Amino acid sequence: MIALVAVAGCGSDDEPAAEATPSLVVSAAASLTDALTACSTQFDGAEVRLSFGGSDELAAQIRQGVKPDVYAAANTRLPQELADEGLLGDPVEFATNELVIAIPGDEREIERVQDLAEPGLNLVMGADTVPVGAYTLDVLGRLPSGTREKILANVRSKEPDVRGVVGKLTQGAADAGFVYVTDLTGDLTGIELPPDLQPTVAYGAGVVDGAGEPDLAQAYVDGLTDGPCADALREDGFGPPPAG
Amino acid sequence: MRWFPAALAAALGLALCFLTLPVLAIFLDSPPGDLVASLGEEGALDALWLSLETSAAALAIIVVVGTPAAYLLASRRFRGRTLAITLLELPLVLPPAVAGIALLAAVGPSGILGGTLEDAGLQLTFETAGVVVALTFVASPYYVRQAQSAFAAIDPRWLEASRTLGVSEARTFLRVAIPAASSGLLTGGALALGRALGEFGATLMFAGSLAGVTQTAPLAIYERFASDFDAALALSAVLVAVSAAILLSAKLVGGWDALGDAARRG
Repeated sequence: MIALVAVAGCGSDDEPAAEATPSLVVSAAASLTDALTACSTQFDGAEVRLSFGGSDELAAQIRQGVKPDVYAAANTRLPQELADEGLLGDPVEFATNELVIAIPGDEREIERVQDLAEPGLNLVMGADTVPVGAYTLDVLGRLPSGTREKILANVRSKEPDVRGVVGKLTQGAADAGFVYVTDLTGDLTGIELPPDLQPTVAYGAGVVDGAGEPDLAQAYVDGLTDGPCADALREDGFGPPPAG
Repeated sequence: MRWFPAALAAALGLALCFLTLPVLAIFLDSPPGDLVASLGEEGALDALWLSLETSAAALAIIVVVGTPAAYLLASRRFRGRTLAITLLELPLVLPPAVAGIALLAAVGPSGILGGTLEDAGLQLTFETAGVVVALTFVASPYYVRQAQSAFAAIDPRWLEASRTLGVSEARTFLRVAIPAASSGLLTGGALALGRALGEFGATLMFAGSLAGVTQTAPLAIYERFASDFDAALALSAVLVAVSAAILLSAKLVGGWDALGDAARRG
């Protein structure tokens, strides 16, 4: 019986020691993985625990009652929706990014977005619900419908987050994919989109309603626009938030 | 001193609560009418159908290759047998993500056999065939393990008697061993089918996710989780029902078989 009680008791947290460092849970878009992993160790006052995934998935978790302290998404729509539902404090824009076509290696058989319409090409993109997929649809929506249909016919997989797209490309499984410029690694070459096709990719973050450490969470969000995390984001290729 | 039976009962109660509550919650969280309605949503039935097709194909491969392999492992002692068993069971304990990576490294486009497959005009990634490969990889051990112990449990005198009567080994395998092990084989098949239906990580990493081609029911559930929780619940409910039906029918068939055995022996 003692063993059972011990098993049953294992779910509850131990009493925190008086001077223990509080921990801050940050749910962030998969594309922020490198930048936030690099800077979060320098955050003062709390041990930061990062959870990365598709922004849509993380938002769905918050709606289901899974409460991180901070939510940082690869768009501004999801944070605004959560704020309107009373689940997130006022979101701030903290970074911008660019969508690019990524190809494995540096063979330039693909030079512009229209080349993706070539029949038989293996193209990967994000799922329609994840920001990177929605931005991709946005780009394709600005093309003539004939080209768009041909490109969509080449889509061989819709990945749940941008890391899935990168993985399929670095494995050589796909010929091209849409990712953020910050996701380009040594193995991938990025092809810029012309300005008239480039969507506005802005990142929004906020303090989750009911956060265990609201002040620390606010400090973390502030740090995304000014401090080590802001620097790490610039270093990783993210643009600064639009002024004002 | 009645504490021990009470502890056993408490442990069973705890296990039942913990394991059934989440499954029940799927059905309790939304009214049955809504569940049925969200199945009508575009793509939901396609994903379910694709799951059933690919799982059935994987099961067919597993049974055809796994049954004789398990029979050999159960009926002979040879060098390297333990190693062979361990290697066959390895996918059982591999995380699905590792299985996905391993398949990419082996038969993916830049994997060690990727070039050979490409020359043969065979592409697995992004194809339904790739899903079948992933399912076969993760589900086989469930069948082979069960089949091996079912064959091992056959009274050796039956097989001896068959051989003494001059029946060839192949015929003994088909006419004596397989019928005698049938309930174990069925259970193994049901477990493998259930595992295949639930496969997620290896499929996503190796085959990708595209509606109608590689998006099986678990992948469709994952996609809907972010956009439409009720639709995800509905599809989950159907998957639970299908898996429970498979498990239950295997148990019933196995049970009748056991009863029949008892009657024959009696």
